[in-house]
Amino acid sequence: MDFATFNGLYTLFLIVIFVGLILWAYSKKQKKTFEDIANSIFDEPQDSTTSESESSKHTGAKK
Amino acid sequence: MTTATTIQPDYNMKVVRQFTLTTILWGIIGMAVGVLIAAQLIWPALNFDTPWLTYSRLRPLHTNAVIFAFGVSALMATSFYVVQRTCQTKLFGGPLASWVFWGWQLVILSAVVSLPLGYTTAKEYAELEWPIGILITLVWVMYAVVFFGTLVKRKTSHIYVANWFFGAFILTVAVLHIVNNLAIPLSMSSMKSYSIYAGAVDAMVQWWYGHNAVGFLLTAGFLGMMYYFVPKQANRPVYSYRLSIVHFWALIAVYIWAGPHHLHYTALPDWAQSLGMVMSLILFAPSWGGMINGIMTLSGAWHKLRTDPILRFLVVSLSFYGMSTFEGPMMAIKTVNALSHYTDWTIGHVHSGALGWVAMITIGAVYHLVPRLFNQKGMYSVALINLHFWLATIGTVLYIVAMWISGVMQGLMWRAVNDDGTLTYTFVESLEKSYPFYTIRFIGGLVFLSGMLIMAYNTYKTVTAKDGTIKLQELG
Repeated sequence: MDFATFNGLYTLFLIVIFVGLILWAYSKKQKKTFEDIANSIFDEPQDSTTSESESSKHTGAKK
Repeated sequence: MTTATTIQPDYNMKVVRQFTLTTILWGIIGMAVGVLIAAQLIWPALNFDTPWLTYSRLRPLHTNAVIFAFGVSALMATSFYVVQRTCQTKLFGGPLASWVFWGWQLVILSAVVSLPLGYTTAKEYAELEWPIGILITLVWVMYAVVFFGTLVKRKTSHIYVANWFFGAFILTVAVLHIVNNLAIPLSMSSMKSYSIYAGAVDAMVQWWYGHNAVGFLLTAGFLGMMYYFVPKQANRPVYSYRLSIVHFWALIAVYIWAGPHHLHYTALPDWAQSLGMVMSLILFAPSWGGMINGIMTLSGAWHKLRTDPILRFLVVSLSFYGMSTFEGPMMAIKTVNALSHYTDWTIGHVHSGALGWVAMITIGAVYHLVPRLFNQKGMYSVALINLHFWLATIGTVLYIVAMWISGVMQGLMWRAVNDDGTLTYTFVESLEKSYPFYTIRFIGGLVFLSGMLIMAYNTYKTVTAKDGTIKLQELG
């Protein structure tokens, strides 16, 4: 295989990977998981600036 | 939230406190040196005819201090804080984190001494000579061991997106630093070394390093900061976690190719210049993905900007990030670059990113961190944070507008030719025309620096107050 063919195939390979990544990230199946991860920074031990009552006031993920 | 989760794990917050305070200290010193060299461009006598106070030696001291002392201290503070809180476990490696802190301070002090003495590799942003280069490598490996070790022993099932950005920053900076600093010392007792690369290859390696220092240190690292502190300060999850995944992989895949745009119209092969230009243009998309994700996190909570100056810092930093990542690809276009390169426009572009994005998001993160690290409900004075916000914004705008005008003017004057083909202006004529703008730039820098001093005062009052005595405040 010459260098140009290899380059072409490699570029194609990267495009397939990238499209696959987008499809995976935006698939319905993953939606819930990603929302949970996005919200995970709020379920942690409280710090000095928050009091019991206001710590869970944040709203859920939208997208 | 159940009471069971309120038990504070045994986090290592000491190293975070140390790095947070040194961030402020090095920020003030690095920016003060910047203000001094800005003044030297107006009043050259300010070098006092002393070799170690000349512009040529202080300029690398300024860039090294703001990037590696201020910027990296901020990244080490926030990455150690974020990785512990999102992985819900203590830092890996016990005393290793402390060695990272003292090792990094040693690197900074070596730079503060060696650069004014005139020791330099003459590689921009990699000026530090080989013994310091080896020390940086050692400290960086320890940093990577602590960070990735903490990820490995995490108590959570996933790795939060901020850590992906911090991880990419740590890994890539290690590779960049080692490859670009490969050099042969003159002798083991000499500070002087020669790069193993020569000619156009040396230039390409240098700007592959230089641009990725921007891409992975000043962009990916600070995006990691953004992905934790913007949602936390706004008290809302990030706008789109899916977008963060796509834009992370797109950003790190494309950034690595953009370096050649620093070498347009040089001895670098034309195809490499064009490749660098095209990749820089593509880079616009993932860059704006991050900006949109950060700003849109506030959708539905815009009213918080009215009462929370910390959030103002974070959101305005994202606006400057959006501006400079639009400006960057434009300047990478060869025909635009023919006008902008070697002029003050470049300096304006850099400071739009450095003051507007890097410094402002750091300041926002530090204001978020300090009360949490020193057991207070908030900073000593929210009014002073607000004052700092306006000084930082006005300072940045004065600086970048002055450099834009000066830069475009220089580009136009340098390329102007008479009918007979001779140059219309001498270089000195363009320099004389730049003086008023150098004065505005100096004032802008001074205004920005004064905000940092207010931050130091506010932090001092917060840190020294008795635990829990400062109450939560809002802007009236």
